[in-house]
Amino acid sequence: MTGDIFLWLTQDGVTNGAIYALLALALLLVFAVTRVIFVPQGEFITFAALSLALLEAGRTPGTLYILVFGGLAAAAIETFEALRGRAWRRLPRVAALYIALPVAVALLVAWAAPRKFDQWVQVLLVLAMVVPLGPIVYRIAYQPLANASVLVLFIVSMAVHYVLTGLSLVFFGGEGLRSRPFSDAKFRLGVVEVSAQSLLVVGASVVLIIALWLLFEHTLYGKALRATAMNRVGARLVGIPTVLTGHLSFLLASFIGAFSGILIAPITTLYYDTGFLIGLKGFVGAILGGMGSYPLAAVGSVAVGLLESFSSFWASAFKEVIVFTMIIPVLAWLSLRSRHLEEEEE
Amino acid sequence: MNRKLTLALCAATALSATAANADITVGVTLGATGPGASLGIHYKNAFQLMPKTLGGQAVKYIILEDGSDATNAGKNARKLITEDQVDVVMGSNGVPSSLQIAQVATETQTPFLCLTPIAVKPDVYKWTFSVPQPTELMMGAVAEHMKANGVKTVGFIGFSDGWGDLMYKATEFHAASHGYKVVTNERYARADTSVTGQVLKIMAANPDAVVVGGSGTGGALPHLALVERGYKGRIYHNHGTVNAEFIRVGGKNVEGAVAPTGPLIVPEELPANAPTKAVSLDFTKRYEAAFGAGSRNAFAGYTNDAVMLLGAAIPEAMKQAQPGTPAFRAALRDALENVKNMVGTHGVYSPTAANHNGLDDRARVLVRVEGGTWRLMK
Repeated sequence: MTGDIFLWLTQDGVTNGAIYALLALALLLVFAVTRVIFVPQGEFITFAALSLALLEAGRTPGTLYILVFGGLAAAAIETFEALRGRAWRRLPRVAALYIALPVAVALLVAWAAPRKFDQWVQVLLVLAMVVPLGPIVYRIAYQPLANASVLVLFIVSMAVHYVLTGLSLVFFGGEGLRSRPFSDAKFRLGVVEVSAQSLLVVGASVVLIIALWLLFEHTLYGKALRATAMNRVGARLVGIPTVLTGHLSFLLASFIGAFSGILIAPITTLYYDTGFLIGLKGFVGAILGGMGSYPLAAVGSVAVGLLESFSSFWASAFKEVIVFTMIIPVLAWLSLRSRHLEEEEE
Repeated sequence: MNRKLTLALCAATALSATAANADITVGVTLGATGPGASLGIHYKNAFQLMPKTLGGQAVKYIILEDGSDATNAGKNARKLITEDQVDVVMGSNGVPSSLQIAQVATETQTPFLCLTPIAVKPDVYKWTFSVPQPTELMMGAVAEHMKANGVKTVGFIGFSDGWGDLMYKATEFHAASHGYKVVTNERYARADTSVTGQVLKIMAANPDAVVVGGSGTGGALPHLALVERGYKGRIYHNHGTVNAEFIRVGGKNVEGAVAPTGPLIVPEELPANAPTKAVSLDFTKRYEAAFGAGSRNAFAGYTNDAVMLLGAAIPEAMKQAQPGTPAFRAALRDALENVKNMVGTHGVYSPTAANHNGLDDRARVLVRVEGGTWRLMK
């Protein structure tokens, strides 16, 4: 191993680690606020990346059907609940959020797809399509079970994951897709050549992490999320609606997922089921960080990226084994050290 | 939804099985979902184009979904044989799935036309016939091309699964006889986001050529990474990679990629005296009419050739016994060993007791990416 190989591998590991860090933050946020281990996080990556690639090819991505029909299903549940509770005043809001918005986005995308707009417009279209899926998934799958145990919520997550992967195969097909890079520029840093794309990934991740920090520290919604994460019952007692924080955390999760998908779509070939594995590595990163601290989760994720990169150099056949085996000692250590977590779950 | 449909179809066929006893039943298990979906979909599509009579006998196909999972493939095969009493089994995409089915076929004494190139011994797996070209045959074309171009060292990078192993073995197999050395054995997964580490290792070894043991669009990732790092040698792929999606994903950077394939990928460019030209051309036309221009692929061809082999064996077997009986299955197996010079889309099949594939050099051509399509190398 020479110095420049070391630098190359580090650069590669940091680029991947930055994506894992974003996902780890989203997983941690959702887990802290709703106690949901959000396995389908990775599907948002897939949806966003593949939708972007299809839009570039001038084709209409099937994501919009998922959006419209998901919205309709959520609207049906909301309407049923509203009628049962005789809360008529909720109906216009339901119609606007779960029917009008998805349909408007779908029509806009269907209109824009064959016209092949500028890449930045396409990115915005993809975000408009994928981000609303987070709250919709929460409304359909998780909200009715908001008080269930962590295990039940986890099983629901697996079910949602399988449903979304299946839809992904139906709408995107079995072959992989890749989108055009945002920039072909390359910079020389000593012996290492850094592509603008990987700088963009790292830069965008850092900006997003800072934005999240500002959100949590300086806005009312962010503080409500933090309060719910720290103590659900207490938060409810002081008047924070847990349904709202649930929606908000899923909105952030789907935004982060879609954002990561857009970032990596030009770097690698993505398949209908790739997102799951990427999300899983973000999860490993979060666990390495102790599943409780945001900065540690980010550090853990970068460690996963670096480990992956170096093990792909030395023992490529065992790369996944090495990455996933890493969580065993950490889990053992965590379970020996912290007893209070279990009490909370009861 | 798909599974429900297959279940309903199975129920319907099970009911009708008692009515029409003389029909030949073909049981198929494929993974059109799961990790192998990109291949399974093509295998499955082709069954829509298959004839409803073979050798004068009405044929029905029962197609089950195994989700590219070996355990499911084995279960499906057992179900087809015991419940639906099929006369022959076909499937599946993926080496592990196919090996599972081969086990079941041996145990239940049912002929099995395998759609994946698996290397099993005919004296142990008496009931298994492998339709696709053996990987050694295919990579032999690559080895010859490398020898002709003076390649002395070869870097290998392939999938970290059964396919990667097969390709590595096939590349090693020809090393001594063609005067090259395989200097790296790097592995990656289809879903990997980066192969930088593996590519750096190959660059450090600096081989004259690189062989990629991936399949479909999965073959593009290492190729693009090598080009990006400024690798100047020739990059070879294998027959699993030859499809239009590979070029769509790889774009300009995969220009010049060389791969072996069955002749049905480029039937238009074959010389007029090529034995498979007419069959390949006809099948490619029908397939693209049904599934869109540019949808041609090797996998659909294997489905077609498996059904043609069956068609060639049926008349002989019918002389011995009635379909639906163990005697017929045994007769079918014997007849498959005696098929002579059957021209399919991929080549000319002459299986024997010692060789349950029966293809020769006529079943392979080398193609190269030129101007955004796969072109025959002259």
